[in-house]
Amino acid sequence: MTGPESGRLHLAVALDGAGWHPAAWREPDARPAELLSASYWTDLVIEAERGGLDFVTFEDGLSLQSADPQRRDGRTDQVRGRLDAVLIAARVAPLTRHIGLVPTVVVTHTEPFHLSKAIATLDWVSSGRAGVRVRVSARPDEAAHFGRRELPAGPDARADLFAEAADYVEVLRRLWDSWEDDAEIRDVATGRFIDRDKLHYIDFSGRWFSVRGPSITPRSPQGQPVVAALAHATVPYRLVAGSADVGFVTPHDRAQARDIVAEIRRLQGSAGRTAQPVHVFGDLLVWLDRERGRAAERKARLDELAGAEYHSDALSFAGTPAELADLLQDWQQAGLTGFRLRPATIPHDLAQITRALVPELRHRSSFPEKYAVSTLRGLLGLVRPVSRYASAS
Amino acid sequence: MTRPVKPVHLAAHFPGVNNTTVWSDPRAGSHIEFGSFAHFARTAERAKFDFLFLAEGLRLREQHGKIYDLDVVGRPDTFTILAAIAAVTDHLGVAGTINSTFNEPYEVARQFASLDHLSGGRAAWNVVTSWDAFTGENFRRGGFLPQSQRYERARTFLHTTWQLFDSWHGGEIAADKASGEFLADPDAGRFRHHDAHFDIEGHFDVPRSPQGRPVIFQAGDSEEGREFAAADADAIFSRHSTLTAGQDFYADAKRRLAKYGRSADELLILPAATFVLADTDAQAAELAHDVRLQQVSGPTAIALLEQLWNRDLSGYDPDGPLPEIDPVLGENTTARGRASVRMHRDPMATAREWRARAAAKNLSIRELIIEVTGRQSFVGSPATIAATINDYVQADASDGYILVPHITPGGLDEFADKVVPLLQERGVFRVDYTGTTLREHLGLPPRREAHPAAARPAARARTTADGTRAAS
Repeated sequence: MTGPESGRLHLAVALDGAGWHPAAWREPDARPAELLSASYWTDLVIEAERGGLDFVTFEDGLSLQSADPQRRDGRTDQVRGRLDAVLIAARVAPLTRHIGLVPTVVVTHTEPFHLSKAIATLDWVSSGRAGVRVRVSARPDEAAHFGRRELPAGPDARADLFAEAADYVEVLRRLWDSWEDDAEIRDVATGRFIDRDKLHYIDFSGRWFSVRGPSITPRSPQGQPVVAALAHATVPYRLVAGSADVGFVTPHDRAQARDIVAEIRRLQGSAGRTAQPVHVFGDLLVWLDRERGRAAERKARLDELAGAEYHSDALSFAGTPAELADLLQDWQQAGLTGFRLRPATIPHDLAQITRALVPELRHRSSFPEKYAVSTLRGLLGLVRPVSRYASAS
Repeated sequence: MTRPVKPVHLAAHFPGVNNTTVWSDPRAGSHIEFGSFAHFARTAERAKFDFLFLAEGLRLREQHGKIYDLDVVGRPDTFTILAAIAAVTDHLGVAGTINSTFNEPYEVARQFASLDHLSGGRAAWNVVTSWDAFTGENFRRGGFLPQSQRYERARTFLHTTWQLFDSWHGGEIAADKASGEFLADPDAGRFRHHDAHFDIEGHFDVPRSPQGRPVIFQAGDSEEGREFAAADADAIFSRHSTLTAGQDFYADAKRRLAKYGRSADELLILPAATFVLADTDAQAAELAHDVRLQQVSGPTAIALLEQLWNRDLSGYDPDGPLPEIDPVLGENTTARGRASVRMHRDPMATAREWRARAAAKNLSIRELIIEVTGRQSFVGSPATIAATINDYVQADASDGYILVPHITPGGLDEFADKVVPLLQERGVFRVDYTGTTLREHLGLPPRREAHPAAARPAARARTTADGTRAAS
């Protein structure tokens, strides 16, 4: 089997600003002046946890948000400005107990050593609920914010960025394993705090960087925090199949979902990871109202406020929670193991997910009644791996 | 005329990865689980301390090419743990050490600005520099920096982050639902910096935080480090905790400020200080000796001696006399990843001094190391320690202390319960927080803009394409 256990459906919610629609911040219940406050994010994650969701993701990038994926748009009518996603996750962690916390991090310009210990520390402060969604950046403006490198150019540019991301994840994973679980011995008789034979140099050397190790942070509660990536084509599917625990994909119908899952499973095989469970989650932008037709009305109203219909990479769904539950169950049959829902507006669509969709799925026995385990790996049915460096003895 | 009584500033240093920290004590808890950090932070906040301080090291220390295993090893990521600590405290400042060599200004600026937002204005940055290729092996950049350039890069790095912090002035976020204007300034966050170290430009993506920028700490003791602090820091984390050394350092540091147009109240001197507390002074003295024995085990004594001798001394008995052989001169190849080794500037002279001292008092290796390294700063009853701290502050040996307990996480509890109330009774330490930001706790004057908002008149008032006035 190449996917995790079937049956239940996994649910995550993708948090971004006041919601994913560009005019979401203008809704009467939106809190656009509080997007930089700890209490805003705490409230959202507590709401998601109330719904028993597996995890939340936090969007991030190394530039101001932009409607143009390649450059700054200079717009003043949409949410601009944000906080570091890893720090939001850490700030929320001690105030929640069950839900996984998955910040987005750009790997193109950051240091794998720093990120490795940051995510390991997120795992410590959340008692085993950390993950990270890695993303690459091909934007010239983000490169200019760092001034350190020329972005890859030419026909292989994109493949190079993703190959570098794969190396980056390899370094994260090696560093997370670089302390064996029982390295700390506190042996008063010999005066040794650690058994240094259980700490390991990772000696990674690749095209873009080399890292010696070991980490400065001891192995975290999950051992290996969860790695996720969003993917829209074969090159990023390869990153999901070869490096990640969870892939977010954007099919627009059931047939596409089936094809994408098949491609990722095939690539898992080529990467020698057939035995490794890899979740494939469908991403959906959702507008939800119990009253039929109401969600579509809201969508039309906000599109008008924004001046144009909002198109995203993911399918936009507007309907009732029961209709969405139908769709999720249908697509689950195509091989998706879960869904990452992007609330079009916050808090409305987030609360519709936690208070209407989840009860509907529970009613259909597709979603657990309550949290049964305390780590994100546990929620996703992933075992806690022993360190790759642990001796067989 | 009598001079006004100075307020005492107190902060708490989470016990570090060195032999001050006693992990072998039965009361010693985890150095990595969040519960330890939460306990420590809550104690510091209960005691109304200014801030909690975290050190950092980006490569595990080695001795003789092997990971050093006698001290606590392992620590969390600074930013991440501070953000989590901000969740379990309401007032306590969160101060972290972040290296300016193995980071980039854009990323560090967005992390500190984020931490300042998420803590409601409590962030501080202890700016440190490195140049060593040893640590560089963990980073893309590698160990590229000549030692002579490390302060230049640090200064430039710091000033570049200031440019980023100041690229938002506050008030740009209109978030006006009715008009649909979210940003009042379409060009908010614009920056450009070009010099030998950094060539960056664009738009910073974190709007202005409560403090505008984090409080800046500096810890280096060299001539260059002191000038760096005089020019740019809000506080110095010094190592001069005794009365006379403290007074000398204090006078020196404050004297340097005038050159940069700064007044004495713009830079606080906060030495790191250890303490041993007991009911009576005599009991405390006895306890202090026991703690020193815990801090300097036989193997630790040999390891510390090797760091000066720069050679393998594992054959020596820690309870026997000092080696007859001399230190190996030149590059220290014995211990790596340790700042303290650089302090042995003239190993031969120090070895002579140590031998003379051991001979005069008939000391073993372990007894000598106990004497020459890290004696506790404050030893005594609560009344003695409170009086001494206050006396030192009033005598300008410091503006307060960053206390380094030797037990994690409970080593601060007794100080909070017994010493702090006495300082409060004397009226020299706050009974409750009066401000919300760390800058306010530290009593620092309002920050002067390095890059005044007025420098960008174009952003003050502009007309958008549709003719409405967008910003004021």
